[in-house]
Amino acid sequence: MLRDITIGQYYPADSVIHKLDPRTKLMATMVYILSLFLFRSLAGFAAVTLGLFLVILLSKVPFGYMVKGLKAIVVILLITVIFNLFLTPGEPLISFWKLRITEEGLKNAGFMAVRLIYLILGSSILTLTTTPNQLTDGLEKSLRPLNKIHVPVHEIAMMMSIALRFIPILIEETDKIMKAQLARGADFESGNLVKKAKAMVPLLVPLFISAFRRANDLALAMEARCYHGGDGRTKMKPLKYKGIDGIAYLLVGGYFAAVILLRRFL
Amino acid sequence: MNFIEARKLVHEYIRRDEDDNVESILTALDGVDLDVKEGEFVAILGHNGSGKSTLAKHLNVLLKASSGTLWVNGKDTKDESSLWDIRQSAGMVFQNPDNQIIASVVEEDVAFGPENIGVPTSEIWKRVERSLKSVGMIQYREHSPNRLSGGQKQRVAIAGVMAMEPKCIVLDEPTAMLDPNGRREVLDAVGQLNKEKGVTIILITHYMEEVIRADRVYVMDNGKVVMHGTPRAIFSQVDALKSYRLDVPQITLLAYELRKAGVPVPEGILTRQELVEALCRLF
Repeated sequence: MLRDITIGQYYPADSVIHKLDPRTKLMATMVYILSLFLFRSLAGFAAVTLGLFLVILLSKVPFGYMVKGLKAIVVILLITVIFNLFLTPGEPLISFWKLRITEEGLKNAGFMAVRLIYLILGSSILTLTTTPNQLTDGLEKSLRPLNKIHVPVHEIAMMMSIALRFIPILIEETDKIMKAQLARGADFESGNLVKKAKAMVPLLVPLFISAFRRANDLALAMEARCYHGGDGRTKMKPLKYKGIDGIAYLLVGGYFAAVILLRRFL
Repeated sequence: MNFIEARKLVHEYIRRDEDDNVESILTALDGVDLDVKEGEFVAILGHNGSGKSTLAKHLNVLLKASSGTLWVNGKDTKDESSLWDIRQSAGMVFQNPDNQIIASVVEEDVAFGPENIGVPTSEIWKRVERSLKSVGMIQYREHSPNRLSGGQKQRVAIAGVMAMEPKCIVLDEPTAMLDPNGRREVLDAVGQLNKEKGVTIILITHYMEEVIRADRVYVMDNGKVVMHGTPRAIFSQVDALKSYRLDVPQITLLAYELRKAGVPVPEGILTRQELVEALCRLF
């Protein structure tokens, strides 16, 4: 069950979107998310939809694969829709018992659902077409200006990439400890919530101890390989903007302008 | 001057209570003298708690001596300013392969060391390729380390050190967590680096079989160097080795028992081949 966790899942393919610089993709995703909350009319909605599906097509990631990511938000989606549907004041369309559905409610619920779905689809394009390493590299470089106000950007990026490296190792370890404790008669399944939570203690304590030990070992190994922070470090794969990144920036700019104009005039 | 020179090296682990009073002192290294020439293959043998891992950490300046001196590549380890030089010239490989691989792609992990010392990008690519080839892992360059076997991971770790172009590699029980196949892979890779590239090797282990290819062997017990010499000279002293809780390789033990029982085979036999030849000569 623990093996099903996939964080930062990457879908390898040879597409224009895959080849873009991670910084471009981060920027585009930000703009896209902003645009989701700007459109008010059907015309704006159409523009956003057009943009999204164009990018999905370009990314060569199968649509079915992306939709799978939506499963995680079904509950949130339902709650949002129900609240918007029944609790928006206005002219009632249908009313029964104490509930009534208004025209505004219908509109709000519809747009909110679309926004959420588009939000997940749009941001999953980023993680599906960018390897975790590229992503942390991109974050590190785009956030570099924050260094001036003493945000340890390099350290945060390093922590993220180490965390990604150790997730599968720690999952495997959890599995191992779980089996070892089961063999000694531990019971993780039965009982109420409190009992189940208590049963996790013999799992978590060894896991924490071993994680700390690993961290200590890793720190030594990094020091032995001359790691001393981000200063004076070079990169094997430095990020470099290419021609397509320029085009992408132009297209994203155009898209954003279109969404704003549609919000103004339509 | 030798590549590594230790004189009367002492290291004490001091345990303090809450009020900073010394509770107990554990002397892990007790006046160790060590000399290693460039290009040599030296093995350091010892039982658990003999101080061999502490010694290894000194060679990379991960620990500092309580007293005594240690010179690595002509530089005094007490000198703060030569810390990175020393770490670059004497690389280190640790016991647990999982806990020393930093990146999630093999080639990026190998690049970690050169990146830290500021090697230009184009040169990093060359070094990564060269060092992955030297341990026979070039075909795995784009793999995730999680999918590799223990021996392969350890070879990646060695490549990661090689990419910093050190003169010497210190291996601290690199095979302790590996199966026999992985152990052979790693030792073959290490032996090859020593012979073909002239890299000085310091192998720390408690497996006696692994020290046979070494040029010289140091045996440690209780923080002291108790024996030192060629593997042949060391292995001829079976009783002494036993008293330091070390297991003698089976072939050597057999030859020793045969000698004791009155069969005139020479002292210090290391390999099966040697024993066969010695026995054939008798009859």
